[in-house]
Amino acid sequence: MTPTVRKDRGDDGRPIVQEASTREERMAARVAAWRDRWDRQSKRDIDFTSTSSMEVAPIYTPLDLADNDPVDDIGVPGEYPYTRGVYDSMYRTRLWTMRQFAGFATAEETNERYHFLLDHGQTGLSVAFDLPTLMGYDSDHPMSEGEVGVCGVAIDSLADMETLFRGIPLDQVSTSMTINGPAIIFLALYVAVAEEQGVPPDKLRGTLQTDILKEYIAQKEWLFPPEPHLKIIVDMMAWCADHAPKWHPISISGYHIREAGSTAVQELAFTLADGFTYVEEGIRAGLDVDHFAPRLSFFWNAHNDIFEEVAKYRAARRIWARHMKERYGAKEPRSLLMRFHTQTAGCSLTEQQPENNIVRTAIQALAGVMGGTQSLHTNSMDETYALPTEKAVKIALRTQQVIAYESGVANVIDPLGGSYYVEALTDRMETEAETYFRQIEGLGGVVAGIEEGFFQRELASAASRYQEEIDARRRVIVGVNEFIEQDERLEIPILRIDPRYEREQCDRVKELRAKRDNAKYQTAMAELRQAIQDERNLMQPVLDAVRSYATVGEIVELMRDEYGTWREPSIF
Amino acid sequence: MTEQKIRVLVGKPGLDGHDRGAKVVAAALRDAGMEVVYTGLHQTPERIVETALQEDVDVIALSILSGAHMTLLPRVLELMREAGMNDVLLTGGGIISKDDMQALAEMGVGQLFGPGTATGEIVEYIENWVDNRGAKVGITS
Repeated sequence: MTPTVRKDRGDDGRPIVQEASTREERMAARVAAWRDRWDRQSKRDIDFTSTSSMEVAPIYTPLDLADNDPVDDIGVPGEYPYTRGVYDSMYRTRLWTMRQFAGFATAEETNERYHFLLDHGQTGLSVAFDLPTLMGYDSDHPMSEGEVGVCGVAIDSLADMETLFRGIPLDQVSTSMTINGPAIIFLALYVAVAEEQGVPPDKLRGTLQTDILKEYIAQKEWLFPPEPHLKIIVDMMAWCADHAPKWHPISISGYHIREAGSTAVQELAFTLADGFTYVEEGIRAGLDVDHFAPRLSFFWNAHNDIFEEVAKYRAARRIWARHMKERYGAKEPRSLLMRFHTQTAGCSLTEQQPENNIVRTAIQALAGVMGGTQSLHTNSMDETYALPTEKAVKIALRTQQVIAYESGVANVIDPLGGSYYVEALTDRMETEAETYFRQIEGLGGVVAGIEEGFFQRELASAASRYQEEIDARRRVIVGVNEFIEQDERLEIPILRIDPRYEREQCDRVKELRAKRDNAKYQTAMAELRQAIQDERNLMQPVLDAVRSYATVGEIVELMRDEYGTWREPSIF
Repeated sequence: MTEQKIRVLVGKPGLDGHDRGAKVVAAALRDAGMEVVYTGLHQTPERIVETALQEDVDVIALSILSGAHMTLLPRVLELMREAGMNDVLLTGGGIISKDDMQALAEMGVGQLFGPGTATGEIVEYIENWVDNRGAKVGITS
């Protein structure tokens, strides 16, 4: 908005009698008059807050954007500060990648599901691992009992990884792997499988989650204390920069922070603070920021409140670009881009009337798309009960296709840009995130905040407040505290994981240990231990270990032995 | 209502780190006047039952979102029986299908709660169970 220049005198030098005032003044007068009328109206007896319990005004006007510079703060897509999008042409060139997170039972079963999804038009893979794999235990470890293949696929070694990607050319698909603690092992496994297919690392496209800081904050799947994890992450960033330029070694994730109960602003601020920490670690290790920053990517939640979510993505792009440029001195434009994956909010889904979850997911997916996401996972309606059935997954994928091809939202870049509401929210979220950054800095940084329990407390209190609002019915959740159906009967099928997969997988890993070349395995493991002690980059020794068919559990056990373990302060 | 404070162990068995629900419930039980012992993450069934014995709790409430409930809950129940904890309630919640809830109830596990449960419902269930415990113990022991 260009401010109108107010002239006190005419060209002839005589004072002008101002009858018509400036545009701002006229707007302010209109808004004031509207507010008078608004005050006299009755209102519904409910909290008018966002999903994150943020008070929102009944209307936003140009007055709310008085401090916003439409050129420097909003601008155009593909240009600093990238508020409107990271690319010039966005979905007109290429739609987002429709990437459904999938994995269950064994590599064999999951490989079949991947072929099914690719045959139905999915354009990228996303691997869900079971908890033993995520926590670095082999399937036959006592802690793994009852968990093998249950919430994802069980991968114990390179042999399982070969099965998982059988018939899938790794130079043609991009693959996302949601794994954090043992991420370096999975980078090595993927590289090793590709190698067997004749695909070199520089052809590999995809993402490893790797973001350990949000594990301490939210999801709690760490293996070691923060320091060695951060060291390994820097190793991965350095190795990828040199060998796998199209691979994203880390996906800095707000998703889990939000699922653990945070507000949208906390998700934004804590995640970006994690991102800054990785950048600082890379710089501290002597890497050039422009060498690794272009491969950093992000992963956000999409909750129910469309406007709050869109503002969050827009603010994230702007904040990231500003900090990368101004604080970390990045010069390469690609270092400034906050590219991201989105997943709809699992925590928003209800057990009651599960079919309603299809609608929630559609609304959330729309927010991700209007926020300019690069890839998207839509949850299935039955996920409050178990892993999704094939039919439920198909509906979730079709939801994305309807948004992409029927809704028209993909025609225009940043379609909510310029909305007084969304711009004001974007500005406000940036301001509130900056307040959090200062607070975290005051604590001594993200790791100090984790050790002190700062993030855990923030999340626990936000989660409790949200639940209290629902319990008190100040926040309506359809089918949960309003529009309840008594004696509701579940009418959708539920996927069951046959316990025989656990037995089979345990047999398989035992057989592998007996059959592999154990001399080669011993040498590789000794070399890995030495590399850890010498504080060398671990990527090459881990690659050699997985090639020798060392299991994930064996490698992690060796690392735990060297690095130690971690217990968090329990706060509720 | 009982005069003494109800003592509840809230725990996370297995490898699952999703502790939002456990913490929200723990806080709600505490706010409802109960003594809450929160075990923290990654507990084995053995450790949970051991802690429950040491802390002399009335209720063990476990949160499992990983799908391992059909292994972990029966194991905890078995250990409770071995330890003679016949007057202690085993309840919990998480991502658990109705069929599994039914099967676990038949084994002797108390009510299990899924996503979307009001915390008041859990408080009420525990209070009622404790109030009626005398009668129940008479039947089972």
